[in-house]
Amino acid sequence: MKRHHLGFAFFTAWLCSVPLAADNGVFDQYRDLMGDDNPAVFVIDEGEELWFTPQGPESATLEACDLGLGPGVTAGIYVRFPRYFADTDAVMDLESRLVHCMTTIQGRDLEAVTAKPYSLRGDFGTEMEALVTWLAAESEGATIAPEQTHAAERAMYTLGEEIFFYRAGPHDFSCATCHEQSDMRIRLQALPDLTSHTGAADAWGSWPAYRISQGLVRTMGWRLRDCFRQQRWPELRMGSEASIALQTYMAVNAAGGTMTAPGLKR
Amino acid sequence: MKALVTGITISLTASVTAWTMASGEIEAVLQNSFVAKNQATMDRLQRDAVQSACSAPRGMPLDNDMLASLRAERLDAVVLPADGEYLGDWQRGAEVAGNGRGLQSSDDPTQPNGGNCYACHQLAPVEVAYGTLGPSLTGYGARGQSVAMLQYTWTKLWDTHAYNLCSHMPRFGAQGILTEQQLKDVMAYLLDPASPVNQAAE
Ligand code: HEC
Ligand code: HEC
Repeated sequence: MKRHHLGFAFFTAWLCSVPLAADNGVFDQYRDLMGDDNPAVFVIDEGEELWFTPQGPESATLEACDLGLGPGVTAGIYVRFPRYFADTDAVMDLESRLVHCMTTIQGRDLEAVTAKPYSLRGDFGTEMEALVTWLAAESEGATIAPEQTHAAERAMYTLGEEIFFYRAGPHDFSCATCHEQSDMRIRLQALPDLTSHTGAADAWGSWPAYRISQGLVRTMGWRLRDCFRQQRWPELRMGSEASIALQTYMAVNAAGGTMTAPGLKR
Repeated sequence: MKALVTGITISLTASVTAWTMASGEIEAVLQNSFVAKNQATMDRLQRDAVQSACSAPRGMPLDNDMLASLRAERLDAVVLPADGEYLGDWQRGAEVAGNGRGLQSSDDPTQPNGGNCYACHQLAPVEVAYGTLGPSLTGYGARGQSVAMLQYTWTKLWDTHAYNLCSHMPRFGAQGILTEQQLKDVMAYLLDPASPVNQAAE
């Protein structure tokens, strides 16, 4: 393990020194070198530890948290998200569900737990990133099957589709501008067609992911926020309706695909 | 003119409701889902007529009369260069074409915006990091510099919807992304025979 870790640090340094327009060949080389050693394994361990760590005024762990399959069940929950929860009467993504558990079970302050969900470049990863990474890994290999039985879940899909095509901002961009055709790219970055099953399954099934260029694990919430930044829109709030709607749109288009997260990205 | 505009708005609203929930509802969702960040302010979530008309999910029925009048309106609104000069400096134009920054919350608003043409188009054959959302523009200068050609290209850059409503290309002039001088420079980058866009690869 140790040896691999060193190799990884060396490779990262080399990778960062080549122009950012590193093409996929470089990543194939990286994968060959690293094999299954996705550095996200360290973050998975951290997430598991955090789940069992008592926190907040209630000094409680998250074991009483119901992620859809009953309190404390973590295996196979991620592939069912986003989904409706009766206790909040809302469709939630994993991030907003975790916030709910932190505030209700651990008694933590809402402002505090939502202040900085995603790390900045050069930071250590956040608690949210670690928990989501571990919980996604708890569904690795499972079939993507988001709930669509409740009317609110189906309405979320429709809303997500509308937002996906909603053009606004000085550049008139929508998600569709960059993600409704296959085999397209921006500069050298391949763009998945998220309206298709294959494109959505590859994308939805591979996040959260370790970003080699940033040395951090990123969640789907972060991915959306960053695409909205490129879209010239204001900043997407974690756990917001627009975020959950877009995730529902992608997850349902991806249904039947396989969860492979945490992925490895450039 | 005023009456015409109102007519367009009404038919637009009617066709919009064919595919959206009441558009007020989606706007409220967006207002609650975002926060202003630096230059990316909340008013950017408000759509204009072109953006509304071009937000239909694929396969939704569109009102063709409305689209035709909207396109004609965009063509009317194109502003040609005041001094009648279309071509600036291709070297400065190369910079505009390669610069992907501008108007993002993470960008410095005191720096000039880029046109980011390379994100979507192949241009100079020596540049390999080009996107494919738009057609290749390599060798574009071979089309010549007739007045018709100059006006066509200018119009395409000023407001792409004047020719092709719901094109994916940004409206560089109409939305104030690029200045008149930057547009002239990009025009030269496309059309000047000396520009790398019009040189064969080695
Ligand atoms: C201006 C173009 C652009 C727009 C608009 C855009 N994206 Fe992206 N998106 C990209 C690029 C480029 C990448 C690849 C980034 C990379 O490789 O670092 C990407 C990556 C993604 C991914 C990850 C795919 C994968 O397999 O890893 C998802 C998911 C995604 N975008 C969703 C969206 C959604 C949803 C929207 C609308 C909110 C959106 N994008 C808007 C350019 C865009
Ligand atoms: C987000 C992607 C995108 C960006 C950025 C973009 N374009 Fe385009 N462009 C397109 C698409 C798509 C088309 C084809 C559809 C159409 O004509 O509207 C196009 C068409 C064109 C055409 C017409 C092509 C022809 O054969 O007549 C020209 C000229 C052009 N673009 C120039 C530019 C220049 C110059 C820039 C940078 C200032 C630029 N574009 C930036 C997407 C883009």
